[in-house]
Amino acid sequence: MMKFIYQSWWKIGAVVLIIYTIIAGFLIPVPALPILHETIRNVYFHVPMWMAMFVVFGISVVYSIKYLSTGKEEYDLVAIESVNTGVFFYVLGLLSGMLWARFTWGEFWSNDPKQNSAAIAFLLYCAYLVLRNSIDEEQKRARISAIYNIFAFPVMVVLLFILPRMTDSLHPGNGGNPAFGKYDMDNMMRAVFYPACIGWIFIAIWIATLRYRIRLIENKNLTSI
Amino acid sequence: MELLRQTGYLLRKEILLEWRSKYAFNGVLLYIVSTVFVCYISFNLTPGFTQSNGYPVVWNVLFWIIILFASVNAIAKSFLQESRSRLLYYYTIASPQAIILSKTVYNAMLMTLLSLLALVVYALFFNNTVGDALYYFLSVLVGSITFSTTFTMVSAIAAKAGNGGTLMAVLSFPVIIPVILLLIKVSKSAMDGVERSLSYGNFGILAAINVMVVAVALLLFPYLWRD
Repeated sequence: MMKFIYQSWWKIGAVVLIIYTIIAGFLIPVPALPILHETIRNVYFHVPMWMAMFVVFGISVVYSIKYLSTGKEEYDLVAIESVNTGVFFYVLGLLSGMLWARFTWGEFWSNDPKQNSAAIAFLLYCAYLVLRNSIDEEQKRARISAIYNIFAFPVMVVLLFILPRMTDSLHPGNGGNPAFGKYDMDNMMRAVFYPACIGWIFIAIWIATLRYRIRLIENKNLTSI
Repeated sequence: MELLRQTGYLLRKEILLEWRSKYAFNGVLLYIVSTVFVCYISFNLTPGFTQSNGYPVVWNVLFWIIILFASVNAIAKSFLQESRSRLLYYYTIASPQAIILSKTVYNAMLMTLLSLLALVVYALFFNNTVGDALYYFLSVLVGSITFSTTFTMVSAIAAKAGNGGTLMAVLSFPVIIPVILLLIKVSKSAMDGVERSLSYGNFGILAAINVMVVAVALLLFPYLWRD
């Protein structure tokens, strides 16, 4: 596993995929649909942000569990840096969604259940970061924040993927609305959408590993002093 | 079995301690009564409000907000007021699961009692507009239990982190918002006298949240108390 983060083939692959999806995403024709028009291209950018966020948050939960069972400090560093990266992609996902909502629903923020739950889940991870900052002692901080992280992840899943589905959200795929994948995406779009998801997921993992490696070096410098 | 026996003993201890001082109970009860009274007086400043269309909505939402803050205050005490040495003593004689379980059950009992009393006080001051009393009662019951299971675990985390009150609110509100949204929905449909079978799904979700939170608490608490 640890060898994987130092290899470069998947980083090159991710960059190639992203360049491809940015070019193809703006140039390849999309189905002409009422209301959506060209905004459907947002699906190439908005959805992959959430997938990337979900994957890095998932990684951080796995490493929080590993930390609790072994007590190795590196695992805690992986967890926190994954959350930091995830929060960044969270903001990007939220912003791209708001931009899309402006042109299809009419407002940046229209009190839609999906948007509201996304905001609440964002507070959840902000609370995680606040919790980390409130404890000085390193091992205690690592342990308590790992516990909160494991606690927060299922709540985030419920908020983002279960609750909006049961209410009358306007978001595609929620509240009885069909997801884009069902009717609106043709095969041309799929050929861009899936590579975009994979590409952004690996970009997120790459950012997280870079941050993790910086933290490792900082830690080494601290201990050598 | 051993776990249940230990939980039983610890629960009896919690109730006995509370019975002797009656501090949490009286304090939170007074908190609820004074909040309700402040709301009552404030709303009466606007004449004709009780006859307006929005009145039932405000009635319901305000009730849950009062219960929410009351339960944060009541449950934050459960770990914060324990001294370090006493906690250490518990850990030497009982399993961590028994400790968190007994605290959860005790808080659930306390909150059920308190929120029922709050409902009585509330209905006394504000015109009662509930259509389906039994289901409203049931949603209050489920709500207070859900608040206690969630807040007990969060208060354990907040107490460990050291700076009590603020952290408790910051950590628990994002977790509790989906619950309170569901509760407001369920209780509003009970209030309007909507067909009961329509609420089964939401009660099911609340029950599932409870089971999930208790399971997560049982799994994670053993890692939390160690120092």
